[in-house]
Order: sequence, then C-alpha cells, then structure tokens
Amino acid sequence: MGEAARKKTYVEDLSRELYDQYNEFTYSYKVDRGLTPEVVREISRQKNEPSWMTEFRLKALDIYYQLDVPPWGPNLDELDIDNIITYVKPSTEMRYSWDEVPEDIKNTFVRLGIPQAEHASLAGVGAQYDSEVVYHSIKENIRKRGVVYLDMETALREYEDMVREHFMTLVPPSDHKFVALHGAVWSGGSFVYVPPGVHVDIPLQSYFRANAPGAGQFEHTLIIVDKGAYLHFIEGCSAPKYSVNNLHAGCVELFVREGARLRYSTIENWSKNMFNLNTKRCLVDKNAVIEWVSGSFGSKVSMLYPMSILRGEGAKAEFTGITFAGEGQYLDTGAKVVHAAPHTTSTINSRSISKSGGTAVYRGVVKFTERAKYSKSTVSCESLMLDAQSRSDTIPVIDIATDEVDVGHEAKIGRISDAAIFYLMSRGISEDEAKAMIVRGFVEPIAKELPLEYAVEMNNLINLELEGTIG
Amino acid sequence: MREHFLQIENLHVSTDGKEILKGLNLTVGRGEVHVIMGPNGAGKSTLASVLMGHPQYEITAGTITFCGEVINGLRPHERAKLGLFLSFQYPEEIPGITLENFLRTAKSAVKGTQVGLLEFHRELEQKMAQLNMDAQYASRYLNVGFSGGEKKKSEILQMLVLEPKLAILDETDSGLDVDAVRIVSAGVQQFHNEDNSLIIITHHSRITEHLPVHRVHILLDGRIVESGGPELVDEVEQRGFAALNC
Repeated sequence: MGEAARKKTYVEDLSRELYDQYNEFTYSYKVDRGLTPEVVREISRQKNEPSWMTEFRLKALDIYYQLDVPPWGPNLDELDIDNIITYVKPSTEMRYSWDEVPEDIKNTFVRLGIPQAEHASLAGVGAQYDSEVVYHSIKENIRKRGVVYLDMETALREYEDMVREHFMTLVPPSDHKFVALHGAVWSGGSFVYVPPGVHVDIPLQSYFRANAPGAGQFEHTLIIVDKGAYLHFIEGCSAPKYSVNNLHAGCVELFVREGARLRYSTIENWSKNMFNLNTKRCLVDKNAVIEWVSGSFGSKVSMLYPMSILRGEGAKAEFTGITFAGEGQYLDTGAKVVHAAPHTTSTINSRSISKSGGTAVYRGVVKFTERAKYSKSTVSCESLMLDAQSRSDTIPVIDIATDEVDVGHEAKIGRISDAAIFYLMSRGISEDEAKAMIVRGFVEPIAKELPLEYAVEMNNLINLELEGTIG
Repeated sequence: MREHFLQIENLHVSTDGKEILKGLNLTVGRGEVHVIMGPNGAGKSTLASVLMGHPQYEITAGTITFCGEVINGLRPHERAKLGLFLSFQYPEEIPGITLENFLRTAKSAVKGTQVGLLEFHRELEQKMAQLNMDAQYASRYLNVGFSGGEKKKSEILQMLVLEPKLAILDETDSGLDVDAVRIVSAGVQQFHNEDNSLIIITHHSRITEHLPVHRVHILLDGRIVESGGPELVDEVEQRGFAALNC
C-alpha cells in the first residue's frame, strides 16, 4: 500500500447548525416530571377533552405500567422516562396566520423554511411546537373540495365521531410500552380526511419541532384517504440539542380506502439527544396504495419500522428509506409488511450510511398470511460503512404461511471499494470527489423520491466534505 | 526518433511483497502505436495499472517519465490531467451516477475548466453515435448493467471524450464478438492521430489491423523479452509464445 492509500477519510457530520438554534424555554403550562394518573387527567383537563378520551388515556397508562421496555434492539437504558416531561404547552394559542404566531416561535419555523414552502408548494401546513400545534392552514380551494386538515385537538372537537372510530385502533396501546405511553399522554399532531375521489395535487405538510429540554413529544397523526382519493402528506421533525435526553413517541395511523393512494414522506432530523421511538402503521384496502418515503438523519436512538397491512385484494405497499448514522447514533430502522389478501405486492428499498462509529441497522418483517396467495414482495437493503469504526447490520424476517407467493430479498453491506475509487480517479477526478460521487450515487435512488424541497435539504444535509489528510 | 512521450526505465514493481515487473524498459514516442502481448500472468495488466498509478502496486526501482516529467509519485487523477488514460479490462460499475454526468465531471477535471452542459451533450451524442451506442446509455448509471461489449464501448467513448495524449488499452478486445471488436477498433482508429499514442495490450491481431503499429513487444515474466515490427503479432497468433524461444 502506498502512502496515498493510507490517507484517512473524514466525512463531516450532517450540518446541524440550523436545527440546533433554540429559543429560550418559555411555556404557559407544563406538567411535572414523572407520570401518574393525576398527570394524565390534568393533560386531558387542560385540553377540555370528552370523557371517553380521558378514560382512554387512563387505560393506556395502565397498560404502560404493565409493559416492559422491548428486550431487543438498541439499548434504551439512558432513557429515563420518569424524568421526561410529558406535556409542554407553548405560550401561545393555535393560530391560523403566521402573523399571529409569537415572534420567537415563528422565527424558528421561518429558519426551517416552513412558511416559505407553504407559500411556494404546499396545499396546507401544520406546525407543532413542543406539545401543541401552533399553526394550521389549508388552501381554500382544497378545503372547498371537502378536505379536512386540522390539528388533532380541533379534530377531536369537530370530527369527534370519526376520530373516535379510528383513534388508536390500528396501533392499540397494548402494542408496546411506548405506544401505551403515547396513548396516555398524546398531544398535538394532524388529522386529515380526503373525501372519495378527491385528488389533492400538492402536498400537505406538518412540521414537528421540540424546543423544551428534557421533554417528550407525543403527536398523533391520523389520516383517512377515502375511496379513489389521492394525498401526499409530508412530515418533518427537528429539535435543538440539549444535554438531557428527549423522547419522541409519536404515532401515525393511516387508512387508505379502496382504490386510493397515499404517499407519506418523512424527513426526521431530531437532535442527537433524542430517543425517537415512533410507531407508524397503514391499513391498505382493495387496490389501494401506500408509498412510504422515509429519511432518518437525526436522533441518538431510533426505532422506526413503518408497517403496512395489505388487507384488501390487490393492495400495494412501497417503502423507500434512507438512514444516515453518524457519531453516537444508533438508528434501527426498517419496514414491516403484512400481506393479508391475494394479489398484494410490496417493495422495500432501504439504504443506510454509517460513519464515525455510528450504527445503522435494517430491521424488517414481511409476512404472508394464508389468504395472501399470488402475492409478491421484493426487499432490497444496502448499507455503506464509511470507516472501520462504524457498524451496519440487516435483520430481515420473512414469514410465509401460504404457497404461491413470490419473495425476493437482497442485502448488501459494504464499504466504498478501492477499485471504484481508482476507476474514477483514473478519469481525472480527485479521491475526495470520487468518494463523494460514490456516496451521492448510493443515495441517489432515494434522493429522487424525496419531495423537491427535501431533496435539496438532503443535499445540504449530506454535506459530504471528504477531506484527505495524511493520518 | 520522434519526441519521447513515455519512457519507462528499469521498472521494478511489487504487490503484497511479490515482484511482478522485474526491470521493464519501454519507450513510446508521440504518435506511435505500441502493442504488448504476453501470456497470462506475465505482468501486462500490472504494467497498465502501474502506469495509471494504482495504489496497490509499489514501484521498488526505476522511473516512469511522461512528457518529460517523472510521474512515479503522482496520483491517478494527476496522471489523467497530464494526459494518460487507461481503458480497463474490467470497468467498474458505479450506481447512482449517470454516464453523462460522470463524463462531464471528468472532462471538466481533465481540462481544468467547467464544460458547458449543452455543448457537452452534443459532443457526447455525436461520439456515442460513432460507436453505435444507443443514446439512452448516457442517462444510465455508469456501466451498471452494461453488457461486456457496452462496457468496452463505454471505455472507448470515455477515451474519445477525454482526448488523452497516451491511452493504454488493457485487453479492450477480449470477450467481444466480431461486430463489437470492429466497432471498438473503428473507435480507436478515430481517436488515433499523429499527436497521441497508444499502448494496446491484446491477444489478437484484429484490433490492430487498421492501425499503424509501430512496435510489438513480448512481455514475459515481468520483462520485455522481444520487440519487433507488426509482423510479430501474426507470429505470436500462429505459433504461440513458447515458439518465440524467449
């Protein structure tokens, strides 16, 4: 090996400058650390909820007490739930105009580019700051077509029956400890209903921002896309970094009715003190389609496996995900699909990059029930480790209860190949540029699936400054 | 003798502690076409890789001089900028980067100035047509899923676009069908003029048929053991290396 080949490669961490600016922590109400039935009742009382919801919360809290932290996956010892503040109400009421949102909170979202994007390319925007939604809007022409886009609290008042019929039916509190916690203390989130046949041409976007130190964010997103309708929903998440750990245990429930299509895009860039233990699930009816696009860049620990339940004949799920684990990050992500009807198809395409000692794990389950005849699944997961300190793993589970299914699985874990670098360099391209090219090429199939403004953001995020220095 | 483009003197090269080239000498002048033949394992591909600066090989003695500059210590991209080019025997597949974007980046790097998008697109289309390459290959990922023949055409296309002073073709004709060899040969002919040179590593005479071959060298066990005129190619083809008595 020549001197040149021994050069070390440094890849900069994702630039967090933008996300780490935090506002002084002011609030109008917060509950004490720790979790008791009194705390849960108090959250419900503050929100003026119907009694069935108060009862629901208390039942979920009971389940929470009974369940243990999952014994598999990343280590959660550092997460001290008793010290997570479960409910933080920002010192503002919900607003329908950015001008009315307090300056410091508004500026946070301006820095993140939310009002600008709303103006340019979105049909509606929701912005949550800590536990409560501070801004919500929907374009008039979309609203007139019967599309409902509200914060969950308002939805619970104005569409109580619809919320009650669906809320935590797809992801019941008994599912696991953190979703039980969510059921007990949930706050904020978005509710969307798209009537039959309505095609929402431009996306709706909700942005979740956690500002309070040591707090938890537990937003609930409930989306119903009725028969033959179409929606693209985007969620973005970020938080500034504090020295204490924060917890995000959101819950997303999606219902895609017959012949409808929903595209659900997420860019998650939580700070590296965040435990991101999020649960997302979608019920897909006959000939309906769910498309998940998922970018996981932030958090200290993530456990995130969006699940699609293909219960109608001909239902289809597509999952496209990218995970970037840097120093101190353990990102355990993947996708789950249950084929529960004939002629259903699923495609999972996952890429991960790990560097500077980060760990990226793909964990996925594809299950075919006895009814899932003539169904098909293709899983492809590729991991790129940029140095010897970083780790990558794939844990795919395939569970088949019927014959006549077609399952393809491909997993690749690798490093940037020296042969590929030499090839590009032989054409006049420097080593740093060659490596950056290979990394960019690796994420390209995912980058092109992201909403435009996020593709640009990802390019900024993956600020790959590869720098050769004699080590 | 015309101006010396490339001068290799007493070149010794090792990899993993094993010596592959054992005192190789070779001089290539401007405008010349040299052919290197030799049995498998003689060190032909090692020579090609070393000339391009592959970090896996260590030069233990000797010098490589290109256009008057000793390039022993130069990295591959620096050599490319000086005008060296290697057509790989097994070109790498690079997912996620289109052939067109890659080649425009490379051309900009080699020229030292940004090449315009439209201007480049036109040049590329025209050169792909010369090689009978479907224009849609430009928007495909670099060599990914290309057949053996398409990969070699892609190498020759890169050579035509980058316009090096000295191109080394490492078994560019191996594993190709008759038609592909003809197209590749035509591409090489198109490239060659009196201001650039070629080193062609091959087992066959077909790729050199229409080229003004200046010298043919037989490489055996890390050294050039015999050099001669174009007739040496036929001799090797008919009688094999053993019969050359070297």
